[in-house]
Amino acid sequence: MATQHSRASARLMISPSVLLLLGWMLIPLCMTVYFSFLRYDLLSPGTEVFTGWDNYYYFLTDPSFNDAVINTLSLLVGVLLVTVIGGIGFALLLNLPAWGQGIVRVLVIAPFFVMPTVSGLLWKNMFMNPVNGVFAHITLAFGGQPFDFLGQAPWESIILMVSWQWLPFATLILLTALQSLDQEQLEAAEMDGASWLNRFWHIILPHLSRAITVVILIQTIFLLSIFAEILVTTNGGPGTASTNLTYLIYVQSLLQYDVGVGSAGGVIAIILANIVAIFLMRMVGKNLDK
Amino acid sequence: MQPKKTITTALIAAFGFVTAQSAYAEDITIATVNNADMITMQELAPEWEKATGNKIEWVVLEENILRQRTTTDIATGSGSFDIMFIGAYETPIWGAKGWLTPLDDFADDKDYDLEDVFPLVRNGLSANGSLYALPLYSETSFTFYRTDLFEKAGIEVPTEQITYTEFAEMAAKLHDPENGVYGTCQRGKAGWGENMAFVGTVANAFGAKWFDMDWKPQLDSPEWNAAITYYVDLMKKSGPPGSSANGHNENRALFKDGKCATWVDATSAAGDVRNPETSSVADKTEFFKAPKQVTDKGTGWFWSWALAIPKSSQKVDTAKDFLKWATSKEYFAKVGEAKGWVAVPSGTRKSVEEDARRLEAAPFAKTVVDAILSVDPADSTRDETPYTGVQFVAIPEFQGIGNYVGQQVAAALAGTSSVEDALEKSQAFATRTMEKAGYIK
Amino acid sequence: MARSITTKQKAINTAVIWVLGLVMFFPIFWLIILSFKTESDAIMAPMEVLMSGWTMESYDAVNRRSDYFKFFSNSVIIALGSTFLGLLIAVPAAWAMAFVPGKRTKDILLWMLSTKMLPPVGVLIPIYLLFRDTGLLDTRIGLVFVLMMINLPIIVWMLYTYFKEIPVDILEAARMDGASLGKEVLYVLTPMALPGLASTMLLNIILAWNEAFWTLNLTSAKAAPLTAFIASYSSPEGLFYAKLSAASVMAIAPILIMGWFSQKQLVRGLTFGAVK
Repeated sequence: MATQHSRASARLMISPSVLLLLGWMLIPLCMTVYFSFLRYDLLSPGTEVFTGWDNYYYFLTDPSFNDAVINTLSLLVGVLLVTVIGGIGFALLLNLPAWGQGIVRVLVIAPFFVMPTVSGLLWKNMFMNPVNGVFAHITLAFGGQPFDFLGQAPWESIILMVSWQWLPFATLILLTALQSLDQEQLEAAEMDGASWLNRFWHIILPHLSRAITVVILIQTIFLLSIFAEILVTTNGGPGTASTNLTYLIYVQSLLQYDVGVGSAGGVIAIILANIVAIFLMRMVGKNLDK
Repeated sequence: MQPKKTITTALIAAFGFVTAQSAYAEDITIATVNNADMITMQELAPEWEKATGNKIEWVVLEENILRQRTTTDIATGSGSFDIMFIGAYETPIWGAKGWLTPLDDFADDKDYDLEDVFPLVRNGLSANGSLYALPLYSETSFTFYRTDLFEKAGIEVPTEQITYTEFAEMAAKLHDPENGVYGTCQRGKAGWGENMAFVGTVANAFGAKWFDMDWKPQLDSPEWNAAITYYVDLMKKSGPPGSSANGHNENRALFKDGKCATWVDATSAAGDVRNPETSSVADKTEFFKAPKQVTDKGTGWFWSWALAIPKSSQKVDTAKDFLKWATSKEYFAKVGEAKGWVAVPSGTRKSVEEDARRLEAAPFAKTVVDAILSVDPADSTRDETPYTGVQFVAIPEFQGIGNYVGQQVAAALAGTSSVEDALEKSQAFATRTMEKAGYIK
Repeated sequence: MARSITTKQKAINTAVIWVLGLVMFFPIFWLIILSFKTESDAIMAPMEVLMSGWTMESYDAVNRRSDYFKFFSNSVIIALGSTFLGLLIAVPAAWAMAFVPGKRTKDILLWMLSTKMLPPVGVLIPIYLLFRDTGLLDTRIGLVFVLMMINLPIIVWMLYTYFKEIPVDILEAARMDGASLGKEVLYVLTPMALPGLASTMLLNIILAWNEAFWTLNLTSAKAAPLTAFIASYSSPEGLFYAKLSAASVMAIAPILIMGWFSQKQLVRGLTFGAVK
């Protein structure tokens, strides 16, 4: 059915989004690349001079850079592990016959609707605060010493917050996928004496693989640029314990007003993101073609 | 932007019948921080709106976000704001760059009486002899303490400036976490305007300095090490849990809630802490000087929050009119009537501080003013330095350095890094920044 | 469920999932509780908080301080505007990709998704300068555009996976029966595409509503949405848990309620073609 004519009109239909996205990507990207070769101090406009690779040198040798890369990746892996494993668990449980499933599902997906800023403030103040937070009150009630979450385990705390927001999303998708699973196949396997673990491993998990891929892909896109949660809770600290690449670029270009170095950081982050993307796309592309 | 104004002026001149009020009825946008004094201003502002027919759009933001937003806006000349709430650090730097509207004409205004504003404060908001912002309040730091807890612990209240060593002993004695009272609460949240304000004054007291006369960073000096080691030990021994996340506001809340025995922080919080309507320790709080150590220079910081008009504003006249209203003697009296004289913004106007109503409601007012007036931002370190500023260094690069060092100090406080490591990294960072900026080769 | 299970088993299942649901929801529940407390009650131990009196004073205080309706209406306009504009541009593209797939369709799709990986902070200054020069700073139009752009890849992709599920045979059958193109779209395709459209729309409204980086940096007063509203309560002086809770509840309630009411529609299309 793909005639010459329909091809042309298809191209016409696709082009607005392609052109817009191309513009949206290329214009700021070119400006960023251009800025990254300038000595550009936001506080001294008009004094920009070409500096070659200096900004890249400064960004890559920044004492926080290594931590930022490690944190970015560990957040990604940490949250993905929690949400995928947790999501499969939640989905399996929510799929069991029980009373009030509808209401429980509503409760479980609620965190997904909460603004990242609100979620950060909520966890920081009402829960993790070592003096007035709920966790502190509970430990005190049991005679323990309150744990200073954001001081002692800032990155783990942020992984917890972000996981809380994304677990519902993973659960939803996995649950929907699970509901399309052929029950008879499962029952047949059960008849044949396959253990629960066997059934899970050989029937359920393969069935979910596509959904898992989707969860990983969508979340990766959002997790690589986590920002609001860090801004309102730890400000990247203590030290650089909770600085990721996005936050480091923010610090460079908007707290130190060094747009040149910030832009170099932006370019580096884009390159790193694309490496992750290519890796991911390979995986997804294969899985989605099935 | 200029042409528009000229046309307006021309129109007014040509058609004399246009009343001044309606000609200037405009919307102005004000960017402010979300603290008590500015919220009061927001509550009282409708009076000005009614009187002039103008309207105000308030942009209220948390301090760090406010700083970043206003700086981005003014540096790119975007003109989103007509009035900005800025401090003693930004004003001279931005003024010198020509980003702010000079406010020297206020000196000729008899009603406004600029002479009434303390010279120290005026100087802090000037650059090259021009005034660039009008102050709402000014502050130094001093020690808040709980009279009841001192009595209970049998500690004599110092009359002279004590040393930090003595202060640490005091705090340790007062520390009683089982009963929810911590010996001392101090700022730990990273940021040049947060933990580094307090840490900066401790460093001064220990004889440390940011730069030597050649602008070489001095963060790896033994003085800095002694100061940070002291600070970390003090907080570990006698501070509340989670200090590294507490800024001024968090500590203020803790103190008002009766959880801290001592607190070295801004004098501007005194009114709030002593206000029975907002504080549970209003009748149990007194003050003494911030401690010294090897020197008493620079042991209390200096800061003022002020209102300025960016050059990029297109409504300068209306903005000036609001500025005049919001920092006039009458405004302070209005706050006194509406919120009680204890809550009046402090430390800017002589006449307000000497007002009988103020002295009656806030017996501590004189202590505060004396403390503020004893600060000398030009001479705040034991050794000679090329810079001015007590808890900050009045150069544009300081924000970046201060924030970085603040992060490192917070890491040392949280125990994720050693003091030596933190200072070594800080020194390396400061050196890089100063090299990048061309101060040192 | 073909298998019959015992009541006991069902009761255990029920208990387990309710515990799960309540644990996940507890932070939001707590937020709502605190918003109806006084400031000094709000920082007490959980049991004491529950026992203390109820009050609306925090909501009053928040309403007195900020013009909630202004922020709310900006949020609505920005979220709906960017979503509808996005759909308008994405539907034809996804349509063409799904029904007239070319050799490079998949590449284009993946490339689109990869643009989403651009870290926003890295391009803030360029965008800020462009907005300043075009007069788009602090305008709703500007934000609608930006949020549409950042969500466009997700919209295209979601729609694409959804459209692809629609069997081509049905279209051809309709054509055989002599249906015109207009009728084909109206009576055959639209009903089938509707769930996908609805859930794409819902997801994007949620994403746009909660977007906090661009909305905070590109607005000042006139176009500021609820994310900016929250930023003014994040660390005020003194006790602030109750006011922060009230403001937070006001910021998330509209989207939460919308989400709950439409969760069936949201779920139905939220599969990205992942179900099969």
